[in-house]
Amino acid sequence: MEKMTKVSAISGRTMFCHLDAPANAISVCRDATQVVVAGRNIFKIYGLEEDGFVERLNLRVGRKPSLNFSCADVMWHQMEENLLATAATNGAVVTWNLARPCRNKQEQLFTEHKRTVNKVCFHPTEVNMLLSGSQDGFMKCFDLRKKESVSTFSGQSESVRDVQFSMKDYFTFAASFENGNVQLWDIRRPDRYERMFTAHTGPVFCCDWHPEDRGWLATGGRDKMVKVWDMSTNRVKEIYCVQTIASVARVKWRPERRYHLATCSMMVDHNIYVWDVRRPFIPFATFEEHKDVTTGIVWRHQHDPYFLLSGSKDSTLYQHMFKDASRPVDRANPEGLCFGLFGDLAFAAKESLMTAPPSVGDVGRKTYPGGDRRYPIFFFKKPDVTAQFAQVSSALSVFESEAGSSVGMDWFINTAQSYLLSGKPFAELCEHNAQVAKKLNRLQESTTWTMLRIMFSEPANPSLSTNHNLNKSGNLPLVNSFSMKEMSAALNERNKENRQDNIHSLETNLNNNDENEETEGSEGQAEYLFGDAELDDDDLYSMEHDNQAAEEPEYLLPQEAFPLRHEIMDHPSAPEPVQEKPESPHVSGSEAESTCLTPMESISLISVSQLLFSPHLPPKFFCPIVKEMLCYYAEQGDVQMAVSVLIVLGDRIRKEIDELTQEHWYMSYIDLLQRFELWNVSNEVIKLSTCGAIMCLNQASTTLHINCSNCKRPMSNKGWICDRCHQCASVCAVCHHVVKGLFVWCQGCSHGGHLEHVMEWLKQSKHCPAGCGHLCEYT
Amino acid sequence: MNENADICNHCRNMIREKAKGMKMSRHISTGPSSFIPENEIIGAMPLSDSTVMFIDEEYSGRVDNLTQVMGLHPHYLQAFLRCHYYLLRMDGPLPLHYRHYIAIMAAARHQCSTLVCQHVQEFEQIGVCSDWLRGLEFCPQRLRNLNEINKILAHRPWLITKQHIQALVKTGEHSWSLAELVHAVVLLAHFHALASFVFGSGVNPDPEVTEVNGVTGDLCPPAMAGLCTCHLTNGNQANGNPLRNPNTGSELEALMERMKRLLEEREDDDASEEEMFTRFEKEKKESLLVVSAGFVEEVVPPSPVARFVDDPSFGYQDFARHGEDNPPTFKAQDYSWEDHGFSLVNRLYSDIGHLLDEKFRTACDLTYYNMASHEGVDTSMLRRALFNYVHCMYGIRYDDYDYGEVNQLLERSLKVYIKTVTCYPERTTRRMYDSYWHQFRHSEKVHVNLLLMEARMQAELLYALRAITHYMT
Repeated sequence: MEKMTKVSAISGRTMFCHLDAPANAISVCRDATQVVVAGRNIFKIYGLEEDGFVERLNLRVGRKPSLNFSCADVMWHQMEENLLATAATNGAVVTWNLARPCRNKQEQLFTEHKRTVNKVCFHPTEVNMLLSGSQDGFMKCFDLRKKESVSTFSGQSESVRDVQFSMKDYFTFAASFENGNVQLWDIRRPDRYERMFTAHTGPVFCCDWHPEDRGWLATGGRDKMVKVWDMSTNRVKEIYCVQTIASVARVKWRPERRYHLATCSMMVDHNIYVWDVRRPFIPFATFEEHKDVTTGIVWRHQHDPYFLLSGSKDSTLYQHMFKDASRPVDRANPEGLCFGLFGDLAFAAKESLMTAPPSVGDVGRKTYPGGDRRYPIFFFKKPDVTAQFAQVSSALSVFESEAGSSVGMDWFINTAQSYLLSGKPFAELCEHNAQVAKKLNRLQESTTWTMLRIMFSEPANPSLSTNHNLNKSGNLPLVNSFSMKEMSAALNERNKENRQDNIHSLETNLNNNDENEETEGSEGQAEYLFGDAELDDDDLYSMEHDNQAAEEPEYLLPQEAFPLRHEIMDHPSAPEPVQEKPESPHVSGSEAESTCLTPMESISLISVSQLLFSPHLPPKFFCPIVKEMLCYYAEQGDVQMAVSVLIVLGDRIRKEIDELTQEHWYMSYIDLLQRFELWNVSNEVIKLSTCGAIMCLNQASTTLHINCSNCKRPMSNKGWICDRCHQCASVCAVCHHVVKGLFVWCQGCSHGGHLEHVMEWLKQSKHCPAGCGHLCEYT
Repeated sequence: MNENADICNHCRNMIREKAKGMKMSRHISTGPSSFIPENEIIGAMPLSDSTVMFIDEEYSGRVDNLTQVMGLHPHYLQAFLRCHYYLLRMDGPLPLHYRHYIAIMAAARHQCSTLVCQHVQEFEQIGVCSDWLRGLEFCPQRLRNLNEINKILAHRPWLITKQHIQALVKTGEHSWSLAELVHAVVLLAHFHALASFVFGSGVNPDPEVTEVNGVTGDLCPPAMAGLCTCHLTNGNQANGNPLRNPNTGSELEALMERMKRLLEEREDDDASEEEMFTRFEKEKKESLLVVSAGFVEEVVPPSPVARFVDDPSFGYQDFARHGEDNPPTFKAQDYSWEDHGFSLVNRLYSDIGHLLDEKFRTACDLTYYNMASHEGVDTSMLRRALFNYVHCMYGIRYDDYDYGEVNQLLERSLKVYIKTVTCYPERTTRRMYDSYWHQFRHSEKVHVNLLLMEARMQAELLYALRAITHYMT
């Protein structure tokens, strides 16, 4: 508490000043009243006043500024307030004494490093000890009372990027290297490091000791990670890891907040993030003021967590107030919707949404008792009382479509009988088969057929080739049967269902989608996916009707015991519209915000990922993937699908698959069909196959030897007259005409005739129509 | 040198005549390189197993001349092939045929018919849009838009600005996404640099490549091999005398002596900043004078490759020209490959950063600790001098490097060679190749070439990526 009272003396606001040149590093003096900014063309000291920065001193003096002023790093001594050290890009280490009476404050110059010095670091308690780390792979320790370094540490590896004295252990310092290693040294033993471990892949740009925890070291690397290591154990252990979006240039623990650290990045990303290492997925706070990369960050006072100073390549120096930081968690989107491959639907939303209006919610709950349809996925985090994090709890529901209810092989027979393999245009065949599969509740197969239709439809069909262009004009073309009208109808219907489900945001978003589709050109591509969705509708319905699922929040995070923080007064009143980039056709629901039934602060957004291929691709493009799919089906044991697709696609795919495999599939399928006594289908398959080996199955054993019914001798000729007795051999016993089609005869008396005639006859009489008196049987 | 040019055209005409009448033998010069005796290369191919496997898998076992020459340094070859293969074949933002077409455009900038032919063939194998091969005017506007940065990067990379990037990326019908652009830029830089290597070590066109028909046929006629004939002729002229030059015996010793002295001097060299600065400026200025004497600004002879070149008159100009406002020096510490270039490139085109990083690193760290006949020599100083000299010519300055070293270590004939190979590689001749480091092995000269190639590629990339970074911020 004593500390806190001392700190409270510091006051200020978010403020900035323009520098003349980009900054490379900044450092504050011990009493937090002055800050030094160093860069290639700048080296100045600014005073921190209540309402702005005031330039106190320009250390860059002399006619022609030497390269010794071109600083890569700067550090203000934490004990001696007149002492500064800089690392120069030309390899010099320079110390400055502000107490010198003349204009040139330079005190000592060490030119022992051969390459750029990346980092200088004063010992936290020892006045005269300075450490430097350089590109040449060496670290040097200087005693400021001497003209030369007192010891040299060779990392035996690549360039040193950072060196840091431990806050607690007097003799220890850590060094991070370009090859990803971190070494710990004892200042008294320059011959060998104490321990070494590989922290990152690629350079480790920075490291920072925890101000309180003796063993904690945070490192940041080019691999975009910040890791926290526990050094107190025998084996160095990674205890936390934060994944950022860009390479990490600096990392600094936040004072008085055990789990917080600030980072800035080296490239591309200009923001400063403060992370709670226990919540690595979303920054605790961000400062977004800089317009170019931030190069230096430092907490203004070592016991005050509310002031952060930063310098940047955009030539500004900022003081950030923690209360002005933006909190990404407040804008994070807690909703998600996703369709599974097999027609499942997962939906996550803020728990408050799922339960909120009791009138509708209760109805929803009552109508869906029983839990057999819900497959909640849990993760439960014990709330930490010290965590200042806004607890967001979301409920995730997964609707699973009914798994193939028919046990056994009924589906096989049904499918075999109902599939159309030829005789219609390609698109219709696919359409038909998709319907068949859908009826049999085989959604994956159904989707496959639909996809095939889309992939291989002729370019003349507007669905594929012109789709993209037409979209621009706002005219959405029909995609075969999935017109946008139908789609929206389907969606609206779904919405009704959803209303019962009490999923408000979904509804409004989808409605919004309907409204938008005339204006947003990019949405055309999403229709395929909605096409898939439409296929699922039946299942959704049926599921909801017959086997009703409870719709209560499956997953709850208890609210915190104390109210959420209220530091931030300026909540974004309107959510920022999510920018739609031309290349990512999200179906964005952000504008639906105002119509949302439950007021929320965050953006609710349902995105449908875009199609991966452009509609201009030639059908040939898909062949490899179709081939893969066929093999997949065959391997799954569903050779039926493989063969059916093979036949329907015909020449489009045949060349892609080798003959032997095809033959193997055909044989297996035909074998199966015959086992199920599906002779006709089997025959059709044989007929439609293109493999030589399969085709000749139909040619084998097609000869039928018959005897003349009069003279009982074998008929050798072709034709209908026996060449021995010169009589018509196969005369129908009913109508006495020669039978030239299907002939049926009794195996007892060998009389017979036209199939229909004999059938007809035997319905009325038990005796042979020829009058031989034999009691013929027709089965 | 004018003679050479004459011979060049002369041979070409002669061969063209011949080609009309009869099918001529293609193996004008045998072996992978026209500079290096065949047995030197064939003898030295102890490739690592993984490299061999890689070649077998990806190139169906066929080793082209380029690979054979690079095979003198198997360790490097592995890194190179991986990167090369990733750029051209693996997942990336650009479609395959675009990649080869960009390769053609880049190689054509330096009239490197070897590479052009190779990729024209690969392009044909893909089997789409083969009419693009008829020339630039047949390819889509989108690709043609690359011409501007192609020529700038090839000849004067320091001129590239964020406006160029903006023009390509700004939304419109033919716009590029940043990821695609980065891929294209890496391809361009890669093939510009590769052209340097091909010319610098006299890699012969692959015999198989010339056996083609159709569009490729007229692109890669046997006459292309004429290039080697010139080299051969040059070689014949120059051959013999350099090695037997009497005053070269001490050359190597002198160089080693200088290296030793420099190392000692370093300790007590307290050159002031101004002096360091002037040394860089001096080196930069001097690089202007290092022009291969006698080359008039020649008009590019019309060759079949020219159809892929737009604005052929745009060529190399010195970074620092007398009496003009020079572009500001590029400070390596402000935008380095390790810190900035890598992150950007890897962000937009995943994994390529690691491969390039590996390639640069391998090239820079490669050493066998010997120089000519001497063993156990630390050559890092020499390697760094070569690398930094190339960057110096491109106006990239390292604060922590004393450019006086360059002057001490690199003799004038070597500087001529370096400048030719990096800035206008198409003018490289065998005489230049032979005129420096007489006692060094061929593999060492190839090593020099690798360094030059990587330094050049990195310089181009740094300029291009800096422009992209500026565009993004």
